[in-house]
Amino acid sequence: MSEHELDARRMLCPMPVIKTQNKVKELAVGDILNVICTDPGVLSDIPAWARINGHKILGHHDNGDEITVTVQVGG
Amino acid sequence: MTTKHKAIALISGGLDSLLAVRVMQEQGIEVEGINFYTGFCVEGHTHAIRNHDKDKQKRNNALWAAEQLGIKLHIVDVIEEYKDVLLNPKHGYGANMNPCLDCKIFMVGKAVQWIQENRKDGFDFIITGEVIGQRPMSQRKQTMPIVAKESGAEDILVRPLCAKNLPATKPELEGWIDREKMYDFSGRTRKPQMALAAKYGFTDYASPAGGCCFLTDKNYSDKLVDLWDARGTREYEMDDIMLLKVGRHIRPKPEFKLIIARDAGESKYLEGYRKQFVTIQVVSHNGPLTMVDGDIKPEDFELAAGVVARYGQGRDAEQVEVHIFVPGEDIKIMNIKPLSVDQVNEDWHV
Ligand code: SF4
Repeated sequence: MSEHELDARRMLCPMPVIKTQNKVKELAVGDILNVICTDPGVLSDIPAWARINGHKILGHHDNGDEITVTVQVGG
Repeated sequence: MTTKHKAIALISGGLDSLLAVRVMQEQGIEVEGINFYTGFCVEGHTHAIRNHDKDKQKRNNALWAAEQLGIKLHIVDVIEEYKDVLLNPKHGYGANMNPCLDCKIFMVGKAVQWIQENRKDGFDFIITGEVIGQRPMSQRKQTMPIVAKESGAEDILVRPLCAKNLPATKPELEGWIDREKMYDFSGRTRKPQMALAAKYGFTDYASPAGGCCFLTDKNYSDKLVDLWDARGTREYEMDDIMLLKVGRHIRPKPEFKLIIARDAGESKYLEGYRKQFVTIQVVSHNGPLTMVDGDIKPEDFELAAGVVARYGQGRDAEQVEVHIFVPGEDIKIMNIKPLSVDQVNEDWHV
C-alpha cells in the first residue's frame, strides 16, 4: 500500500474528478490518494464518484484555501 | 444459462438518459455509464464561482444519475477533441453555437471507441436517451439514422425511449432485449418522461432548460463569437471558455475586453489570473476585481479604470483611486472620475 498526491488546484469540477479517476486507474487496491483542490464542489463530487465506483473516502481537510480529499482505492 | 448482456450508456445527467438506462436495467441488461466533458457542460463551474449559487446543491448531475441507477460512471475529458466538433460542424449549428447533431455523432462515436478499447469488459451495445422530435436539430426522425451511421455504431445503438418508432436494432433482433418493453415517445412534450420517472420513483432529477451545455445559451454564444471576432481566430483554450462564464463582459475598444466580477466569488476566481493578465481594482471604495482580456495600451488605462469604477460603490464619487496591475511591472495608481451610465456605451456590453 502506498500513498500518493494529486494536484487539482485551480481546476473546476468535474476536472478534479476526472483527474482523480485517471490517477486511481494507475494505483493498486488499498493505495491512498490525497487530492488537493480549490473548488469546493469536490466535497460532493469526489465522494459521489467514489461511492458509485467502489472507492472509499477516508476524509477531507479544508484549510480555508485548499481542500484535500483522501481517497482509498477500492477493488 | 442465458448470457447477461452489457451496454454502455451516454449519461448527460438529464432525465432522458436516466430513464433510458432504467428501461434497459428492467430487461436485465448490465449497464455502465459514460459522460463526456467538453468544457461547455452545464455543471459545477458557475455554482463554484458565483456567490449566490453557494447555497444551491453543488452536485454533478451525471454522477447523481449514475448513483440513482447504481451504475459505474466513466467521465471522459474530450476538451481537445471537441474543438473540431465546435469549429467545423459538418451539419451546422442550432439556434446558437450548439453543433448538436455533430456533437451527438461525436459522442456516440466515442462510445463505440470505448467499447473497442475495453473489449475485456464485453460491452454489446450503446444506449442513449434520445427521443424523436425532442430537440429541433439533433433529435429528429431523419437524424436518428445519421447518428447511428456516422458514429459507426450502426445497429448497436439503442434508444429505449423511442425504439418502437425506429427500425429494430441488433440487440432486439438477437433477442437480448424485448422491443415491446421499450417506448415510442416522440415530440417535445415531457409528459411521458415525467410519468415514467414517477413510475420508477425518480424525483429531484435535473431538467436543464436549453440543453446539456452552454452552447445552447444565446448570451454565452454571443460572447464566444465576440471573442473569436476580436482575436481574428477561432482558436480557444480552456481558460477562455471558463472566463466566458464569469463576470460582466464589456469591450470599450476592439483590442481589449474587461471582465468585471459580479460578486466576491467571481473576484476570488479572477484573482487566479493575476499573474497572467492585467487586472484593475478600485481601492478607495469597495469594488469588483476586473481582468483585462486582450491587448490594452497604457493610453487606454484611464478609459478602462473609468468603466471599472462605474461598477463599484464609488460610482457616484467625484474621484476614486484605481490600481492597475500589469504582470511584472510596478502598480499604476490612478485617480479618476467614474464614467457615468451614459458614458458606458450600450454597444460595449458583450
Ligand atoms: S446541447 Fe451541447 S452537449 Fe448537448 S448535444 Fe447540443 S452541443 Fe452537444
